[in-house]
Amino acid sequence: MVEKILAAKAGKDKVLPGDLVNVRVDLALGNDITAPVAIKEFERFGLDRVFDPEKIVLVPDHFTPNKDIAAAEQAMVLRCFAEKHAIKHYYEVGRMGIEHALLPEQGLIWPGAVIIGADSHTCTYGALGAFATGVGSTDLAVAMAIGEAWFKVPATIRFEYNGLMPRWIGGKDLILLTIGRIGVEGARYRAMEFTGTAIEKLSMDGRMTMTNMAIEAGGKCGYVQPDQTTFDYLEGRVTQPYSAVYSDDDVVYEQTFSFDITDLEPQIAFPPSPDNVYPVSEAAGIEIQQVVIGSCTNGRIEDLRVAAAVIKGKKVHPRIRLLVIPATQRIYLQALEEGLLTAFIEAEAAVSTPTCGPCLGGHMGILARGEKALATTNRNFTGRMGHPESEVYLSGPAVAAASAIAGKIVHPEEVL
Amino acid sequence: MLEGRVWVFGDNIDTDAIIPACYLSTVEPRELAQHLMEGIKPDFPGVVQCGDILIAGSNFGCGSSREHAPLSIKGAGISCVIARSFARIFYRNSINIGLPILECPDDLSTLTSGVDRLQVNLDQGLITHIQTGCVYQAAPFPPFMQEIINCGGLVEYIKARLNSEAP
Repeated sequence: MVEKILAAKAGKDKVLPGDLVNVRVDLALGNDITAPVAIKEFERFGLDRVFDPEKIVLVPDHFTPNKDIAAAEQAMVLRCFAEKHAIKHYYEVGRMGIEHALLPEQGLIWPGAVIIGADSHTCTYGALGAFATGVGSTDLAVAMAIGEAWFKVPATIRFEYNGLMPRWIGGKDLILLTIGRIGVEGARYRAMEFTGTAIEKLSMDGRMTMTNMAIEAGGKCGYVQPDQTTFDYLEGRVTQPYSAVYSDDDVVYEQTFSFDITDLEPQIAFPPSPDNVYPVSEAAGIEIQQVVIGSCTNGRIEDLRVAAAVIKGKKVHPRIRLLVIPATQRIYLQALEEGLLTAFIEAEAAVSTPTCGPCLGGHMGILARGEKALATTNRNFTGRMGHPESEVYLSGPAVAAASAIAGKIVHPEEVL
Repeated sequence: MLEGRVWVFGDNIDTDAIIPACYLSTVEPRELAQHLMEGIKPDFPGVVQCGDILIAGSNFGCGSSREHAPLSIKGAGISCVIARSFARIFYRNSINIGLPILECPDDLSTLTSGVDRLQVNLDQGLITHIQTGCVYQAAPFPPFMQEIINCGGLVEYIKARLNSEAP
């Protein structure tokens, strides 16, 4: 599928893994950390206009609402650039959300599109059948100038998940299982195709959680081939005409991995790496001080529903700080209307406006020396959420919510 | 031809280790360099000198897309990064900003940080251990990437292309 998308956008009949191609991009994305570097590079072109103000998306979501003066200055660089170049898709605080939840929600992603983002989790959009990959700021600068990007065509690895999805298992558990199996460079430079009966039944939110973390296995992109779930999600969001692209029947995969998930336990990534994965039973009893439910990985409505179902009517453990961060304003409002926020607040959780904040140790929930957190985020490298001697465990929203109640890592069944 | 002292790091060095996110409120390479490798070697900004060479194992630069990672390395005056392999976004970022990087399959992890010195011929990918005379061969770049490097980065490369296309 990726080869076909890249060939089409490079104006070629066919491309093969390893080929270097120049492609037209349908969308180029930057945030308040990466876009200021890109804007500085863009200025070196001496151009008075961007290639297409409708195909650039700027989202101040990392250190916003501005965490300090330096962050405020960075956000201002973004705002001024957006104003000067009449960037159509600039999302100010109050309208913005975490970019990888926001763009699909706003109908900016469609099957067959090529999307680059100066943010590593841009690979999320493959859940909608797009080719989407994280790049750097200079790549973004060039895309803003001429609407092109260079790529080495990746080989594809197939990941097949079969069996009945057990209760409490979601997309996060499947992707952690996968990263644990192949390692943080197991899919380096590769496209990851997610397929199988379990993926067919997985919701769009769950699929986005999986493609989101393709980068944690070193992947260039992750994707699910479009199906009815995809088209239902796109309905009413995407107005632009598109034609879905599928893998050919005779496609050659570099490798195939198969998983039977029937008896799968919820998965936990131990510090300091997302491939350090164990079933929750082996993490049981580990004491934590903070729980974060949110991020571009697990801050969508389905994640909040799962967490609220576990938490409703209970109290967060007195030693725990629980932060719940709906990923976009629309998700925030939906959670409010569905009574999810009431459940969180009555349980004594802190509910925040959308921000990437704690996931990358930016703001809103920094850890002190020696503290441990359990988070539904995507990375747990040393010092990721704060002090270099703090630690982060990763899980899905069900385990995170249950552990916030218990004060230690537990299986969700234990608090029900 | 480059020559410098080596600093040896391990496998899977991530971008949070290279430059922690709390320092990303600036785009200035020299400011970023003051926190280079702070997560794993807090004294590094104090000991690294202009011209030094960074050695790493596999998957160097995994994690986020922050171009601040190669920028902070460049800002510290490091002349070249040699690793067994690079994470893909770090790899393209380095080429795009003109930071010399080499993929070398040989095991350089036994070199002594701050003591051993290497001479690097970037054009040929030849790495010579000054003290022992051992020679290592790095993988060559595809011609397209070599052209970007020769131009000094992607912006200069594209500018040259736009100029040549101009009527």
